[in-house]
Amino acid sequence: MRTDFAFVGVLLVAAFLLMGAALVAASLLRPKKPNKDKAATYECGMETVGDAWVQFRVQYYLFALVFVLFDVGGVLLFPIALAFNQLPAWTVLVISLFALTLLSSLLYAWRKGVLEWD
Amino acid sequence: MDNILEVLKFINNLMAFVFDEIGKFITGLLGKGPGTELVLMILAAIGLITFGAVTMMALTWFERKIVARIQDRIGPNQAGPFGLMLPLADGVKMLTKEDITPANADRWVYLIAPIMIAAFAMTSLAVIPFAPRVAGVNLDIGAFFYIAIGSGSTIAILMAGWGSNNKYSLLGAFRTVAQLVGYEVPMLLNVLPVIMLSGSMSLFDIIAKQTDAPGGFGLPFILFLPVSALVFLISGIAEVGRSPFDLMEAESEIVAGFHVEYSGMKFALFMMGEYVNAAVVSIMFSTFFLGGFAGPIFIPPYVWFLAKAFSIFFIFMWLRGTLPRVRVDQLVNLNWKFFVPLSIINIIVVMVMSKLFVTFPAQPGLFVVSPLVYMAIMLVSGLGLLGLALTLASRSARRERLAIAQEAAEHRVANQAFATAQTGK
Repeated sequence: MRTDFAFVGVLLVAAFLLMGAALVAASLLRPKKPNKDKAATYECGMETVGDAWVQFRVQYYLFALVFVLFDVGGVLLFPIALAFNQLPAWTVLVISLFALTLLSSLLYAWRKGVLEWD
Repeated sequence: MDNILEVLKFINNLMAFVFDEIGKFITGLLGKGPGTELVLMILAAIGLITFGAVTMMALTWFERKIVARIQDRIGPNQAGPFGLMLPLADGVKMLTKEDITPANADRWVYLIAPIMIAAFAMTSLAVIPFAPRVAGVNLDIGAFFYIAIGSGSTIAILMAGWGSNNKYSLLGAFRTVAQLVGYEVPMLLNVLPVIMLSGSMSLFDIIAKQTDAPGGFGLPFILFLPVSALVFLISGIAEVGRSPFDLMEAESEIVAGFHVEYSGMKFALFMMGEYVNAAVVSIMFSTFFLGGFAGPIFIPPYVWFLAKAFSIFFIFMWLRGTLPRVRVDQLVNLNWKFFVPLSIINIIVVMVMSKLFVTFPAQPGLFVVSPLVYMAIMLVSGLGLLGLALTLASRSARRERLAIAQEAAEHRVANQAFATAQTGK
């Protein structure tokens, strides 16, 4: 069990190192002649105006919030699904209640107009 | 006859046999201990990453060839026979291209983002079952691990978009984070029925449940869970940002989206991350719904594995070659107003059905039926639900269309009246 996740850790570290190594190898091989125009921010031939680090529309944020809500709700359903075959039949009612609560929160967001993109 | 069976068995277990022998050889060389285990793990990790890189090269060639055929072109045919050497030529080109870092970029975030997306894609290869007993690791939460690690690439994309300090990049990253990431919800909700039926999150157990092994159904889950399979496939395509859901890199609107500022090897790493993610989604679909490497004995499991994964990837390419890109509002509506409610209702239907009818007397349930009858019941209820949902969706879409037409007609009448009043004066 412990070694299982050790492998995941080893793979993650190895992947980071190998991908970094690819960049290092490229940096040894490629030409390097930077100038001011090359390093300018790309914008279809025009000179770019200002930063891109600006405030953005709140709607992106609202969608991200709805996403987090469902992600957390979905994670809570995983243990139930895992034990489902052993559960007595009446628990279906309880789980359905939970799932319908999730659905009703979606309907609430829907009625509030959060899910409209224009 | 026995001899033939023996030979078949040997061919079928070739992969496990070879890897066992390599493991034994290295253990014999270094002796047993934690150090040896670490060496074995590192070797396995390098093997998996190599598999990822080779898969990416194969898929880029395959995709160019197939999409070219769909568009009535020939596709790559210059580098080597059938253009097979093209991925290698690409690799050499990427290695030797000049790499430009924009002066205004956030240097570290800009540098780490491509490494991160490729590394997370490679890490998700850890749990893939290639053949019986052959996988990076048989995690008992394999399905959950896959969903969790899949979100890593979203962070990398946001880092790339924000770090580039380019407006196109930022818009592409926002689209990914706010809209495409939402497709993880239907994906997650449609893995749940698979886990319910198989009673385990280990990918090997999920595959075993779809075979004739004791306790298995002997049929792939796509026949039990048609709604889940369909929604998982479509939201999987959206989750990895492939066409027709590639809004984050919509060429006609935001040039190349989050990787517009990247060049050379960094760009190659983004491509690698995307292709490996797409390959993993198709492999996961075949594991969850098509029985993974399992199949009749006369075709080796690793061949089944590749055949199923490539067929699913072929569907991805087919869609890319034939469908136009969806609009932003269509993308959002499809996910939140159709897939998510449908998935939740589907979970409830699957739950009720699998408590009413069970295949194994040990489980609590009302009627005990054979797996085939159970499959038929599940298939009919799933398809019925899908038909109902599609009818409702098409009705509401029609209402919306009529409302828009009505509004346009009213505008026309008003304009006409205005024009007559003007000319009359």
